[in-house]
Amino acid sequence: MATNNAYIRIEQVSKRFGSVVAVDQVDVSIAGGEFFSLLGASGCGKTTLLRMLAGFESPTSGEIYIDGAAMSGVPPHKRPTNMVFQNYAIFPHLNVHRNIAYGLRSERVTGKEAIKRVDEALELVKLQGFGDRRSNELSGGQRQRVALARALIRRPKVLLLDEPLGALDKKLREEMQLELRALQQSLNITFIFVTHDQEEAMALSDRIAVMSGGKTLQISTPKKIYNNPVNAEVANFIGQMNFLDASVVGLANGEALLDVAGWGRLKVSSRAEYLRCGANVLAAIRPEKLRLSDRRPADSENCVQGVIEAAAYLGDRSHFHVAVEGNDKPIAVAAQEVRVSPGESLDRGSRVWISWASDSLILLDKAEK
Amino acid sequence: MKDVPYISRPNRPLGVYAILYLAFLYIPVLFLPLFSFNDSLFIAFPLRGFTTNWYQQMLADEQMHAALMNSIKVGAASSVIATILGVFGAKAVTRFRMPGQKPVVAVIMLPLVIPEIILGVALLILLSRLGIPLSLYTITLGHILICVPFSMATLITRFEGFDKSMEEAAADLGDNAWWAFWRVTVPMVFPGILASLLLCFTISFDEFIMAFFLASTEPTLPIFIWGQLRFPQKLPSVLALGACILVISFVVVFFSQWLSRRGTSALPEAGV
Repeated sequence: MATNNAYIRIEQVSKRFGSVVAVDQVDVSIAGGEFFSLLGASGCGKTTLLRMLAGFESPTSGEIYIDGAAMSGVPPHKRPTNMVFQNYAIFPHLNVHRNIAYGLRSERVTGKEAIKRVDEALELVKLQGFGDRRSNELSGGQRQRVALARALIRRPKVLLLDEPLGALDKKLREEMQLELRALQQSLNITFIFVTHDQEEAMALSDRIAVMSGGKTLQISTPKKIYNNPVNAEVANFIGQMNFLDASVVGLANGEALLDVAGWGRLKVSSRAEYLRCGANVLAAIRPEKLRLSDRRPADSENCVQGVIEAAAYLGDRSHFHVAVEGNDKPIAVAAQEVRVSPGESLDRGSRVWISWASDSLILLDKAEK
Repeated sequence: MKDVPYISRPNRPLGVYAILYLAFLYIPVLFLPLFSFNDSLFIAFPLRGFTTNWYQQMLADEQMHAALMNSIKVGAASSVIATILGVFGAKAVTRFRMPGQKPVVAVIMLPLVIPEIILGVALLILLSRLGIPLSLYTITLGHILICVPFSMATLITRFEGFDKSMEEAAADLGDNAWWAFWRVTVPMVFPGILASLLLCFTISFDEFIMAFFLASTEPTLPIFIWGQLRFPQKLPSVLALGACILVISFVVVFFSQWLSRRGTSALPEAGV
């Protein structure tokens, strides 16, 4: 991302709480109108970073710029950001209308104009006619919409969302994901979205920052993070990954020849220019990039034999754990179809062949696992 | 009975204990209204007949009215001031982390355990050293001292009971600290504020020792009543007054308990 069109710049920002480093020298640039997610397990610093953007915490060091203005010393009520809180923080002593109108006081919007703005906001989140409801008369999804309307009525340049879908059930969450994305695109404001749910981050975001231990591990588009994770931690956090210990035995024409215990010699093309002979590396492959068949596939040069340890049928796909000689951990395979001879099926104890396409194997540095 | 969970099965000895306990607490108190309607100067059985004389006598007593007004003035002033101090104290204790916080809270709560006679004597010595004459103001000062811990205790639970992110949301929506306090914090802790006002008023209203040390020629009601005990013919009207105070205190305490337990969701809407 080029920095010249960056709307938000987070420069070398760190936050310490006593001896705990919650955020550790983070550098992020976010473009205007971008849907940007901070993704990580709990305690990775993503919420602290969001709270520093809102102004509830101040960085121990570093600086945050929004629209070119340095934010240190700017209190929350003077920032061009608004936040949707994790528990929504709906004011229980006010009804829906007054909750949404809350932020209009400081903008000196009153009377008919205020009513018009609230009605617009209610329409935006599809809660027309709910203005007189009390907050305890709302469902989780409705509370979420009120929180969204209350933040959006101030027409912020940046909307901060702290795991806003975490409290909703799966079906409602998926519905809200689509709505949030549509809302963000129609309003064209910057969304910064904190989540621990990698699928949610993938589904919504233009770009994702994967965080761990207060640091950003990788900042990129969902596709790049999934297909080209920078290290084993990112690969493991975004979806599932099979890791194979390997050593480099040959380099030629931008391809590396790896020696993998139990798998023999494998060719890998990615990142080959960084490698030297004899280096210990990790070969990694996604479960869904592997295919299973009950006899040696004729059309693929990459295959290895193993025994099914466990099988789970999930409807749209099946998950298998296949033990391969020379590997401590079983290989995870997610298959939408398996190639079996008529009358055969793949069950626990079946001998199977695993095969894959050469370009689906990726190479990661060993030290970073 | 078999289907009642073990833990909630009735227990006869405990039931007897509960009845004895309540009897011990309230039977002596109930003698007050009983004898206030008895047609005799002497507090003794058998009862001599029903009369409302003592109530009429009480209503006609100018000095008693003055003492009652003094008590109301002192109670109102000390409960309002103690509650204001309590709100800020409770907010500070629950919302901010400051060095030496625990010792500070302990010092604020100390008057709960210091005997009032010590506080009374200490205040008396201090005031006379400073050359401040005794008056209703000095009583009020003493009562604020003993009311603040009660106010703090009531309000701290209230502040702890609501999510800090409410105040953050107010700030996020453009309110500076004072507006956020006024539009979100105060309505959220409002039941606690009312409960604290009522509790502090009752404490001040029946407080004797501090008032005794710090009073000038204007007595509060407990001091006036104590003075009346020297005159046997005045005793029945004191009983009538006691009965009235008993009923009012019961209503006030009951109301404040009910308020402090009520959820915020049912609050009247305040602010814009």
